[in-house]
Amino acid sequence: MTSIDAADSSSWPLWEVFIRSSRGLSHVHAGSLHAPDATMALRNARDLYTRRNEGTSVWVVPAAAIMASDPDSKGGFFESPQGKSYRHATYYTQSEGVKHL
Amino acid sequence: MTAHHTSQQSDGAQLRLADDSDAAAAEEAAEVGQARFEELIAADSRVEPRDWMPDPYRKTLVRQVSQHAHSEIIGMQPEGNWITRAPSLKRKAILMAKVQDEAGHGLYLYSAAETLGTSRDEMLDQLYTGRAKYSSIFNYPARTWADVGAIGWLVDGAAITNQVPLCRASYGPYGRAMVRVCKEESFHQRQGWEILYSLSHGTDAQHRMAQEAVDRFYGPALQMFGPPDSDSPNSNQSMAWNIKRFSNDELRQRFVDMIVPQADALGLTLPDPHLTWNEERGHYDFGDLDWDEFFSVLKGNGPLSRQRLEHYRNARDDGAWVREAATAYARRGQQDQSALLGA
Repeated sequence: MTSIDAADSSSWPLWEVFIRSSRGLSHVHAGSLHAPDATMALRNARDLYTRRNEGTSVWVVPAAAIMASDPDSKGGFFESPQGKSYRHATYYTQSEGVKHL
Repeated sequence: MTAHHTSQQSDGAQLRLADDSDAAAAEEAAEVGQARFEELIAADSRVEPRDWMPDPYRKTLVRQVSQHAHSEIIGMQPEGNWITRAPSLKRKAILMAKVQDEAGHGLYLYSAAETLGTSRDEMLDQLYTGRAKYSSIFNYPARTWADVGAIGWLVDGAAITNQVPLCRASYGPYGRAMVRVCKEESFHQRQGWEILYSLSHGTDAQHRMAQEAVDRFYGPALQMFGPPDSDSPNSNQSMAWNIKRFSNDELRQRFVDMIVPQADALGLTLPDPHLTWNEERGHYDFGDLDWDEFFSVLKGNGPLSRQRLEHYRNARDDGAWVREAATAYARRGQQDQSALLGA
C-alpha cells in the first residue's frame, strides 16, 4: 500500500503556459502543467490547453523562473498611481462638448 | 510619505522578531491576514494562492478540488470502456474527445489544488492507496451503449449544474479551472442527449435500451449533488466562504426542473412516480432518493468500486516506464547542454 514509483513525476518541474489566441493579441496565462523538459512541456501544453483551436502560439516558462510581487505589501508596491487621476483623460472636463478632443 | 511609513512598519516587525519570538510575529501576521481574508470574502472578491488564508479554508479546498480532480480521472473509465465498441467511427471519435477532456479537466483541477500547497503526487498517492474519495457515480457500470448517452445527459448534466456556480468560487485558481471545464463540458451533455435521442427514435429494442439506461442513472445522477441539506454539515461553512453558492437541495431542484422537459423531448420517462409539477412552488416535486445506497457506495461498496481503483493502479503502474524514460531523457538533455556550455 505504499506510494508510487520514485522516478515519478515528482521530479518533473512545474511550467506555466501562455497562449496567443490569435495573431495581433498578447500571450495570456492559460494554466500550468508538469513536464520533464521544455519540449514535453510544449507538447503537453498543446494537448491540454489548445484542444479547441484556442491558440496560434504557445509559450511555456519554468514556474520557478517567475519573480512575483509580494501580496502582503499591502498595496505599497502599487501605490504610486494612487491619487494621480490626472493620468486619465477623464480627469479633464473643461473640454466637454468640444468635438474630437 | 506612505513609503516611509511602510518601511518603519517593517523595521518595527523585524525588531519585534528579534526581541520576542517567531510565534508572536506569526500571530500578528495571521491577525492581519485574517482581517484581509474576511474583507475579500465580504466583498465577494477572490482569494489568490499567495494570500493568507485560514487553515480550514485551505483544507476544505484541497479536499474538494482534489476529490473533483479524482472524479474526472476515475470518470474516464465507464466511458473509456466503450471506445472500442462505439457504434460508428464518428461516435468513437466523439467519445475519445470526451474522455480526453476528462483527463484534461483532472489536470486543470490538480493544478488548481497544487497552488494550495499540496503536490499533485501527494494527491495521486491518496487516490492510488484508496484514501481519497471521488464521486460515487463512477462506481456504477456503463452496461450498454445507451448508458454512455445517459452518462452524458444526466451525469454530465448534473455535473454542469453543480459546476457553473463554482466558476464564481472565492478561490481564484479553482474558479478559473471551472470556467474552462464548464466551457468544454456542455458538449458532453449534448452528445449524450443525442445518443439517447437516436436510440429513443430507433427500433423498439433501441428505445427500450435508452429507457433502461435513464432508469438506471436517474437516481444516482440526482444523488451527485450530495446528501440533503439537513444531512450536509459542511455546506454552511462552504457557503459562508463563497466556495459553494447554492445548497445541495437547491441545485438538485434546479437540475430536476431542467431535465423534465428534456426527457419529454427525448420521448423517454423519468423513473419517479412522485414527479409532478407544483404550481405553488413553481418547481417539480420529486420522490425521496435511496440515501442508504448512496452512503454505501460512498464507503466503497459500489458495484465497481474495487475495479475502478484497481484499473487506475494498473494504468499508473503500467505507465511508469514511460515517465521514467521521459525523466531520463530530460536529464541527458540537461547534461548535453551543460557540456556545450562548458559547465
